[in-house]
Amino acid sequence: MAIDVTLQTADGTPLKAALARAQRRSKIRAFLLVFPLLAFVVLSFIVPIFQMLERSIDNDLFSRNVPTLAKWFEDNPSGATIDESAYVALVTDLVVMHTAKTSGEAGLRVNFTYPGASSLIKIGAREASKMEAPFKDKLIAVNPQWGDPRLWESLRSASSKWTTDFFMASTDLQHAADGGLERVGPDQRIYIYLFVKTFILSAIITAICLLLAFPISHLLATLPMSKSNLLMILVLLPFWTSLLVRTTAWIALLQQQGVVNDGLVATGLLADENRMAMIYNQTGTIIVMTHILLPFMVLPLYSVMKVIPPSYARAARSLGATSWTTFRRIYLPQTLPGIAAGSLLVFILAVGYYITPALVGGADGQLISNFIAFHMSKSNWSMAAALSAILLTIVLILYWLYDRLVGIDRLKLG
Amino acid sequence: MKRLLILTTALAGFTLQANAAELTVMSWGGAYGGAQTEAHVKPWAAKSGFGAKMVDSDNPAQPVKAQVEAGNVTIDVASLEYADAIRLCDEGVLEKIDIAILPAGADGTTAADDFLPGAVTDCGVSTDIWANVYGYDSMKLTGTVPTTAADFYDLAKFPGKRGLRKGAKGNLEFALMADGVASADVYKTLSTPEGVDRAFKKLDTIKKDVVWWEAGAQPPQLLADGEVVMTTAYNGRLFNAAISEGKPFTIVWDGQVYENEMYAIPKGAPNKDKALEFIAYATSTEGLRAQAQNISYGPARKSSMKEKLIFKDGKTEMAPHLPTAEANLKNALLSDFQFWVDRDTELNERFNAWLATN
Repeated sequence: MAIDVTLQTADGTPLKAALARAQRRSKIRAFLLVFPLLAFVVLSFIVPIFQMLERSIDNDLFSRNVPTLAKWFEDNPSGATIDESAYVALVTDLVVMHTAKTSGEAGLRVNFTYPGASSLIKIGAREASKMEAPFKDKLIAVNPQWGDPRLWESLRSASSKWTTDFFMASTDLQHAADGGLERVGPDQRIYIYLFVKTFILSAIITAICLLLAFPISHLLATLPMSKSNLLMILVLLPFWTSLLVRTTAWIALLQQQGVVNDGLVATGLLADENRMAMIYNQTGTIIVMTHILLPFMVLPLYSVMKVIPPSYARAARSLGATSWTTFRRIYLPQTLPGIAAGSLLVFILAVGYYITPALVGGADGQLISNFIAFHMSKSNWSMAAALSAILLTIVLILYWLYDRLVGIDRLKLG
Repeated sequence: MKRLLILTTALAGFTLQANAAELTVMSWGGAYGGAQTEAHVKPWAAKSGFGAKMVDSDNPAQPVKAQVEAGNVTIDVASLEYADAIRLCDEGVLEKIDIAILPAGADGTTAADDFLPGAVTDCGVSTDIWANVYGYDSMKLTGTVPTTAADFYDLAKFPGKRGLRKGAKGNLEFALMADGVASADVYKTLSTPEGVDRAFKKLDTIKKDVVWWEAGAQPPQLLADGEVVMTTAYNGRLFNAAISEGKPFTIVWDGQVYENEMYAIPKGAPNKDKALEFIAYATSTEGLRAQAQNISYGPARKSSMKEKLIFKDGKTEMAPHLPTAEANLKNALLSDFQFWVDRDTELNERFNAWLATN
């Protein structure tokens, strides 16, 4: 006779089920506790980000106004001759746009990939309502651009709601006359340059921050409490000061008629006509951004160094290691989580920096975020979204690489 | 998607929603927003008995578009740049304003005749006309002083750094006028590739001596610090530094580009009828005069200029400081909004590519 070995609770339910139920209940309770925060993050952060990114591929300003033309493009694949039937379809839509007063919005969409299309379509719609067939020559007589194959490629691309046009423009490409893609003219290429520059500049700033912050943090972590508190205040005070105030203070210090130059001239170290240009250029951007981001490196480093027992280093020394070996083999590896966290923080903040380069960067002070802001202000949200999406993707790739190389679990923020 | 969008912005707009029975006017803050608060918002609230408040923004066009897209509008009236007022109107983000609701001028001329050409558009009514002028510090620059646009570009005659706004708009026109293009031909020239090249070539001649500014508060500071000998600036900023703060700045009225600033109503504004009343009040002959007495931007109605305008300090006569004054318009250019709607992105990309190549 088999013995029933299933353990049971006092009321007869199997222990396994009772445990599972209890666990489920506590899981639900835990979930309910974090639910408000989760809902808040999703609603106010994740959803808006995806809504914004979605705009980079979704723009129906033109497509919703050109049903006839969209049909024609569908029937005549890329490369087909733009004959009278295309112009008939175009004029049909233009006339509707004219009466519905929607030629403005339609023109704006095409204008992103074909500069000048805004007025072209506005005027075209006005004139088309007075035209009789055949239309082709008459439209071209209004403006020869109506016969430009590149315009027709842009129209074709804009006549669908979903588009890669904005990613195309964000990588310095444009529609070619043959339906393919080509690079924009050399004096028009800017975005790839800015992406590269943004990342290089951020890397430089991160490296300088690390070099400066390492000794400071070590000092903070090893000095007696009374002195380290004072030092900590010196680190934190600028951290609490407004970003704009610090930027402006640097301008007052570094400009050609500024404090530093005045001091050097007064002490005779510098001739009056040789005042140094330390701001409104790349140097200025690096100096000011390094200063502003320094606390973000110091604080994680400090929190890690604080808990490294000094006895390890003493043990290494007593076993005969030189001070350099002790630093390299014992101390440095233990600070790695702090270095990792600080570098990641500074780098990602620097990539998105915007106000400081704009104010102190001078001619070459533009970074990619300045262009995102420019497109936002010109209500060209799709373009801003495309640039942001590229930026976000690159940052995520770097983050992934970083995870592979350093390990995110080794990160320590405090 | 739409519902989520509404939800997310409902969260953000929750506190603002609470007092819908109040007119919300959004402007640019600073001296400009202050002038509109004194000249329009406060007196209108007192007169109509309906509450009204002023909100500041870096550029009201952005929140207007964001709120209308999200379907949660809290702004009733926004102060917009001319090109933005046109563009947002084209996109269907703004309410149409019928010129018939605007009162006749104090002298009886109808609104249509009283406003300067282009000052009333489908969705916007001009509150003032401002100009991007250039100025210098008359204490530091003595002897021969610059008087023309060409002087700004003349490094031999006036050595030293120049301040220019970092952006294509305004600079290209100014460069062409300094190069001798008549103001009437500027946009015709700029519409050709050769014309754009010519403008950039002119900019090339001073490129290494330019300090680029971004915020309107920067140029008076650059002049005061002696960082530049001349700089372009919004005329109201230089006026403010000169008259209110007693700085020895002189404005050169030659080759400047001027444009209208507009009041507009976002689509779905909570108090649309009151907003229309407010705009009619603020852009009446007296409303425009009141603003021009607070800041040196010119009123867009002819009737507002008929009587002497005195600054709020009680002694400075405004006429010589206004971009709309006869004497200041001898060689000036009205900014062409359609040109910039068409070419803003393209020319700014080129401008920044140009900046990046040293």
